[in-house]
Order: sequence, then C-alpha cells, then structure tokens
Amino acid sequence: MIIAVASGKGGTGKTTIATSLALVLASHRSVCFLDCDVEAPNAHLFLEPMLDVRKLAVLPVPQIDQARCQHQGTCAKVCQFNAIAIAGETVLVFPDLCHGCGSCMLNCPAGAIIEQPHRLGILESGRANTGIRFARGVLDIGQPLAVPVIRQLKQWFRPRPDETVIIDAPPGTSCPTVESLQGADYALLVTEPTPFGLHDLKLAYELTGELGLPAGVIINRDGIGDSSTRDFCASVDLPVLLHIPLDRALTEGLAQGVPLVALRPQYTAHLWRVLEMIGHRLRETAC
Amino acid sequence: MKIAISTNTLSPEARLEPRFGRAAAFVFVDTETGERLPQANPAASAAGGAGIQAAEFIVRQGADAVISGTFGPNAYEVLEASSATLYCAQSGTIDEVLQRFRNGQLDQFEGGPGRRGHRRRGGR
Repeated sequence: MIIAVASGKGGTGKTTIATSLALVLASHRSVCFLDCDVEAPNAHLFLEPMLDVRKLAVLPVPQIDQARCQHQGTCAKVCQFNAIAIAGETVLVFPDLCHGCGSCMLNCPAGAIIEQPHRLGILESGRANTGIRFARGVLDIGQPLAVPVIRQLKQWFRPRPDETVIIDAPPGTSCPTVESLQGADYALLVTEPTPFGLHDLKLAYELTGELGLPAGVIINRDGIGDSSTRDFCASVDLPVLLHIPLDRALTEGLAQGVPLVALRPQYTAHLWRVLEMIGHRLRETAC
Repeated sequence: MKIAISTNTLSPEARLEPRFGRAAAFVFVDTETGERLPQANPAASAAGGAGIQAAEFIVRQGADAVISGTFGPNAYEVLEASSATLYCAQSGTIDEVLQRFRNGQLDQFEGGPGRRGHRRRGGR
C-alpha cells in the first residue's frame, strides 16, 4: 500500500502527518518513507535517518560536437523548451531549460550531438532507528527541474513487497506533485480550515480525481478560519479522517523536530484509526 | 545599418516595449533607406526560454544594433554570439527612440553584474 500525503497549500502539516503516520506504522510493519518534497525536504528532521547511501540525480543534456555540426539548426527547431539557440555558426545550449527529452540528439542529421549528464540534485537513503527505510531527493539550489529528481528517487528507492509506503509530497498541484502521487493507492490531503487552505484543497482534490486516487482529508490547526472546509468536504463526499486542533505548544515542539506522536501520544491511536479507515476504503475499492 | 527595436504592437504606432523576450513585436529599421519592417516576435508567448528564442530570431534577421529595456542573461548570450551592439531604452515612440539613438543618448548594455555566474553556478 502506498499512501501519499499531499496538501495543495504549503505549510499545512504534510510532513507532520507523514512522519507520524510512518512512526505509528513502523511499530506494526515494515515501512518505506519517501520524501518527495525535493525543493524543501524536511522529513529527516523528524525521522532522523542515517543517510549513508547517495546517488546523483542527473539529466542528459546535449553537447554539440562543433566539428561535426553542419549548422542546419534542426536541434534548435525541434527543441520544445528553447534550450538550444543558433547564432550564426555557434550552437548555444542552455542546460537549465533542457528537459532531457533527447529530441535534438535523435533529429540531428549530422550526428553531432551527444548527451552528457547535468547534475540536478542528489538522492539519499538510509535507515531510521525505528527501522523505517528512508529516502529523499534534494534538488540543488537554483535548479528549476524537480520532476526528474522525484522520478529518479522513486525508481532508485523501490519499496519491497511487504512494505507500506508513505510519500511526503511537495505542496501545490503542479508537475512535482503529480509525479509524487503517480503510482500511489491513496492521497491523504492535509489542509487548514482557512479560505486559502480550502482554495488549494479544492485544487488538490480535483487532482486526485484526475489521477483516479481515492482521497481523504486531515484538518490541521482546527479552530481557526471558518466551517467552509468542512462544508466543502461534506458536499463532495470527501471523508474528513482527523481534526487536529490548533495548539501553540504542539507547534513549538514540532519546530524542535519532535514528531507529533511523541509530543501528543494520543495521536498514535488517532493515526492508527486513520490508517484503518484508509485500508477499509482501499479494500472497498478493490471489491 | 539595421536596428531592431522591441515594440508593444505590430502597428506603425508601436511604442518601445521594455521587455525583450516577451515583446509583441520587433521593428527592424534600415538607417540607410529609412525602411521600417515590423515583425511579430515568435517567442512572445513561449512557455519558456522566450529570451533565447527572440534573440535567435533577431540574429537570424541580422541586426547590427538591438534596442530594448534590458536583456536577460540567456538572451544576452545568444546576442553576444552575433556582432550586434545592445542598447537600453525604457519608453517612447519608435521615432523618439531612434532620435535618442542617433544623438548617442542611449546607454550601451554590457551585461548585468554576474550575468555569467547566474547561469554557470558551481557544480554544473
């Protein structure tokens, strides 16, 4: 079973929920945790894995063999991302715009293009002392392309058949989030009951629909905002699995890197019930 | 001498558009004949890399000078590979911009600070 924790709006508590879900699960079964929020990975702060295995995340970008180049400009024409420009006899490559699709290389009539790896970030994995198998991707600062890093992280760190997988997805509903949710069985959407939280929750909910993923909601910082999030969930039959009231002391503890279930032990039972509800929903869908 | 100026529309009343890559059009002015040829910017609505595509378009048309608000690092790299000289102007009609150009009142664009470093960070 693969559960992806997503949100729409950022800062609603994805990592708080994802890491404590993993901790609750880990006392019962094998857990694989993937921090796919490669632009700001932070799950390691709560799970404290020993990250002792590393691999570079790279993108194949074109390199022009100027001696072979016949200056026909085919590469620049076929590039959908404007990553290649022809200025007279000079062919310029802009690696930051390249998506690594390989069209330029395949279409070059002179065979003057080879691909070379361009570093995007790093993949790291290791075991947390709770036994959780942990991996994360870290996008290099200034790199614009998160998707290939997430894709390579998921290819590199494959779950074992007996493992339950928790994915900490990036916020938003754009390509990195889609890539993170791809292949999941269930999307757990963490929101806060504010108009902004609801606005983005709606987008995230629509995305799970597009991806054909069953979804449920956790309302964090309950007590702020208004009732419109609850009303929306009821109106579209989106189950609210848990409410976490706003609690300043809890937030202070989280800021120290202490997991939710360590700060408030009652959430062990609450989150276990969330997992049971998810399992029940998935069995229903399977029938 | 052929001068390319980024403009806000294709029409003859066009004014200078300070954004280079996303300018609606470019007007190519032949200073010998006075002929003005407006051309739509093929990169105006590009998803990404508009500056590069616009610069490539101008290089292909062959311009000795380019006038725009400013030039991004990628566009600059393409234009630098041609022999065009780059000038900055922030507003005005085409006539006004050309007048300032003839009077030598336009600043030459030399590339912003760190323009190279911006694209070529360590570890790449």
